[in-house]
Amino acid sequence: MSNVTAPAQSGVVGKFSNYLDERTSISGAVKEFGRKVFPDHWSFLLGEVALYSFVIILLTGSFLTFFFQASMTPVHYEGSYVPLKGIEMSAAMASTLDISFDIRGGLLMRQIHHWAALLFVASIGLHMLRVFFTGAFRKPRELNWSIGFVLFVLAMAEGFTGYSLPDDLLSGNGLRIIDGMVLGLPVVGTWITFLLFGGEFPGSDIVGRLYSLHILLLPAFVLIFIVLHLMFVIIHKHTQYPGPGKTEENVVGFPILPVYAAKAGGFFFLVFGVVALIGATVTINPIWNYGPYDPSPVSAGTQPDWYIGFADGALRLVPPHLETYWFGYTWSWNIIIPVLLLVVFLAAAFAYPFVEAWVTGDKREHHLLDRPRNAPVRTAIGAAGVTFYAVLWAAASSDIIATHFKVTMEGVINTLQIMLIVAPIIAFMTAKRIALALQKKDREILLHGFETGRVVRLPGGEYTEVHQQLDAYDRWQLVSYNDNAPIMLRPNPQGKITAGMRMRASMSRFFFEDRIAPVSQEEYKQALEHAHH
Amino acid sequence: MRKNMSESKATRRNGRRGPLASVALILIGLVATGGAYAALSTASASASVDLSSPAVIDEGQKLFAANCSTCHGQQAQGTANGPSLIGVGSAAVDFQVGTGRMPMQMSGPQAEQKPVQFTDEQTKALAAYVASLAPGPAIPAQSELEGGNVSNGGELFRINCAMCHNVAGAGGALTEGKYAPELKGVAAVHVYEAMLTGPQNMPVFNDLNLSPEEKKDIISYLTYIQENPSAGGLELSNLGPVSEGLFLWVFGLGAIVALTVWVTAKSN
Amino acid sequence: MAKNESGKADIVPANSAEATGTGVVAPDAFANPGLPPHRPRVTDLDPKAAKRAERVVYVLFYLSIAASVFAVYAYMFFPIEPENVHSVRMNTLYLGLGIAFSLLAIGIAAVHWGKAVMSDKEAIDHRHPVRGTEETRARAVEIFRESDEESGFSRRTLIRNGLIGALIAFPLPAIALFRGLAPMDVDPNNELKHTFWKKGMRLTRDPQGTPIKASELTIGSAFQVIPEGLVDLPEHEMLDAKAKAAVLLVRLKKEDLNWTSEERESWSYEGIVAYSKICTHVGCPVALYEQQTHHLLCPCHQSQFDIANECAVIFGPAARPLPQLPITVDAEGYLVATSDFTEPVGPSFWERAN
Repeated sequence: MSNVTAPAQSGVVGKFSNYLDERTSISGAVKEFGRKVFPDHWSFLLGEVALYSFVIILLTGSFLTFFFQASMTPVHYEGSYVPLKGIEMSAAMASTLDISFDIRGGLLMRQIHHWAALLFVASIGLHMLRVFFTGAFRKPRELNWSIGFVLFVLAMAEGFTGYSLPDDLLSGNGLRIIDGMVLGLPVVGTWITFLLFGGEFPGSDIVGRLYSLHILLLPAFVLIFIVLHLMFVIIHKHTQYPGPGKTEENVVGFPILPVYAAKAGGFFFLVFGVVALIGATVTINPIWNYGPYDPSPVSAGTQPDWYIGFADGALRLVPPHLETYWFGYTWSWNIIIPVLLLVVFLAAAFAYPFVEAWVTGDKREHHLLDRPRNAPVRTAIGAAGVTFYAVLWAAASSDIIATHFKVTMEGVINTLQIMLIVAPIIAFMTAKRIALALQKKDREILLHGFETGRVVRLPGGEYTEVHQQLDAYDRWQLVSYNDNAPIMLRPNPQGKITAGMRMRASMSRFFFEDRIAPVSQEEYKQALEHAHH
Repeated sequence: MRKNMSESKATRRNGRRGPLASVALILIGLVATGGAYAALSTASASASVDLSSPAVIDEGQKLFAANCSTCHGQQAQGTANGPSLIGVGSAAVDFQVGTGRMPMQMSGPQAEQKPVQFTDEQTKALAAYVASLAPGPAIPAQSELEGGNVSNGGELFRINCAMCHNVAGAGGALTEGKYAPELKGVAAVHVYEAMLTGPQNMPVFNDLNLSPEEKKDIISYLTYIQENPSAGGLELSNLGPVSEGLFLWVFGLGAIVALTVWVTAKSN
Repeated sequence: MAKNESGKADIVPANSAEATGTGVVAPDAFANPGLPPHRPRVTDLDPKAAKRAERVVYVLFYLSIAASVFAVYAYMFFPIEPENVHSVRMNTLYLGLGIAFSLLAIGIAAVHWGKAVMSDKEAIDHRHPVRGTEETRARAVEIFRESDEESGFSRRTLIRNGLIGALIAFPLPAIALFRGLAPMDVDPNNELKHTFWKKGMRLTRDPQGTPIKASELTIGSAFQVIPEGLVDLPEHEMLDAKAKAAVLLVRLKKEDLNWTSEERESWSYEGIVAYSKICTHVGCPVALYEQQTHHLLCPCHQSQFDIANECAVIFGPAARPLPQLPITVDAEGYLVATSDFTEPVGPSFWERAN
């Protein structure tokens, strides 16, 4: 390598590059990453959507901080919006109204900020679903799943703190609900709310405190975790879908420079453009309708932003009268049960990669993704989880479902209560059956070829439809998947069978009992021979 | 309320011109709306009926006997199928009949708004007849419906009305299939009568609870928010975060996923 | 491409049961046929198409510039006029459209450039196992061992344990500092158990603060009520007090009300009853009153209370009835409270029972 010399540095660009490299060693980074390969698939861009939404949020949010006053000091609104003139409200609400009605482009920035926030959490959710259903969380990426999960929770926290800042009627009632929920927690609830609100609800501190969290602490954490998340993507290199030419040892795609830079860079502008278009044309959070917070009024259809909906739905589905007095204290089961339900649900999502790794005992690195059908039980568990979440989510809009479909809200809630338990089970069974059926179909096509629709008459007078065999590439697509078989319960070297081993064996049976193995060459040969007879 | 259309159309247009042109347009718009309004209000004045005239009451009684007495009784004394109307006043009749809620098509959780069955004169005649039975809340005059304090009206609306009708008047769910209707497009006079008489499950807001002045403020607020559509663009039915979330998932993410497919598809 | 010369990296360990777990590796599985042959694009074959793609890209970039200029124009020529909601809408719309189109044009152009103009030959990178090489790992272990030896971290247990103890103790003051988030001399339990209402205090309209005579309530009336004097409090004390003291006042036919005791009945006046508006579930204002069914509905989580039966919970997640404010009338006929609420209002809390 010593006899290689870089081309002479002539021209402005050359001189500048030389200047930079002599002070930063940047040529090393360009050499290392400039031609790094990224695989190309639409579902790989969902994480990027999340990243880009965060950038949009940072940009628009910074603009908003120049005008927003995170203070609950009472003022009389004297801005441009006539129906609130002279009304007493907090400085936070008044400054948000000023951003909306007295600063050019202010409402646009507010709306882009809020829409991007909804998109941020939604794209994280979709990205997580993609990672889950393709098994991208398997070794060596379990920890990156955990980091991503933390980002999901942070994003929800960012969203909720932001939703609460304008101190309008909707967000005030949202805070009231948080206050009531935390109050209901055993032992610590009363004191946590007391400290959070700086005394009694609503107090005069909460907006300022949430503001610190919203613009300082939480974004700092989000940034740190994004950096970690991306660092691991570089260390692990991106996963890829199985296909001809793709192996566990390679990455097939496009180099960062120039193709990927153009596509991913362009995609940032596309995402920003779409959000800007929505922000320019569709109202979000019209605080001027809600008016300032006041503990007495409330609006019909008081709901949180979509990503907190599942928690609100959990609160709504609790049956009446669940509260007990034990040992001189109040146990608010109508709070404790939904809170536990959410914690367990989130914990299960967090822990899933580790559970699956334990069940399979698979220590190999997996860089080729699973097609969802090729991991039927995982796919079914995912479907059940999505269904469970969806039922809670629907419950958060029970009143709107009732008015729009002309049914009773009691009927909606009672139905959803049943569905919360039954629907995930049905979803599990259905998804598993569909996955297995698709695997069977793949096998069928592989062994017998696909129907061409061409019917021929054989010399003996028999009619038959010609089946065409797949070519080698299509065949590979259908046979190259990861196959698992349930483990046998065998005594360990000490000759014992422990409870843990039993557990693992039964879990392994649950996962892999119904199994359709990929076609082997031998089977294929036999099928071909059979076809020729 | 009928003047809204012409005025909002006029103002909506001003956006695409220079500042001077918009001023001119606004002026023209204001003159036009003023004219239209004057024409409309004289029209409604000419249509007004003297509710105390015996001829009108007589006409109302005939209509009542033919259309209402099955449920409300021959003397409006009420039956098992319908409440007594003695003392409900002309306001209640004008609201129920004028919005098409009465005569009721079938019994359900609540009387639905339907196409109005009677002409304005017939409705007024019915109102006159019912009002003649016993004193009760009367149909408000046009002067009680406009020119109120919008911000006071907004505050009163949020405290007294928004919990059922939603802060933007989009309506909301009640128990057992009942609902508080959307207020958009409801005539000012009907809003006033509803407050005064408390139709169906709506509580009564008599003049000692909300004074006529305060009712006027509330109606002026409703008029204002209808004449000034959201500064932010499409309102998504004003249903709040649920419709915003739905929009984002369907159209926002829908568009973005479509773009991801385009970005990664192989160029042909 | 950066081909790894060292040959096959050891990403998939040997097919021992230990490494694969439940994974099954079939002995006669198909072999990977390798990348399918490259399919050229129209722009690769047809110079005219390539030219066209190029043109689309730069035209879009210029369009983006135009849209940005339009956005600046919109900023200047669609100003916000005071008290004119429509002008805000126009400002938002045209400024936003300008920005959106300038961004979208850049995005479409860049992506199209990448897809149709740049090379679309697939590149291949080689993966390396994530774990360090044996050599690296051995060196890392050695470094730790050496530094342990040099520092005596495991040997000098007193130092080590002292360090661990000190590290555990030092954040404790920070936790103590958080006590200052709420006033020191206030006990939240005490606050949660009392409201602004006092014996003899008049019921007044929300938000006007004017007193209410019993005679002003007709059957079916619903008044939003706050205690007398609340409106004179400074704004924040007012909101804190209102968050517990808000009351709904309604009048039913006397015979429609069912009571469990004489005492409870004495808390009402001629069919007029006053109940706390703060939901016993999580504290939303429960004010959706249906005058015919006498049901109260909370719009947040759909708890329902029956006013005819002392506000018993009939549906939804709430556990307890809404607390009733005992009322009567004073000499002038105004409604007054005969005491504060007899139990804490609003959501349950841990120490509520004692």
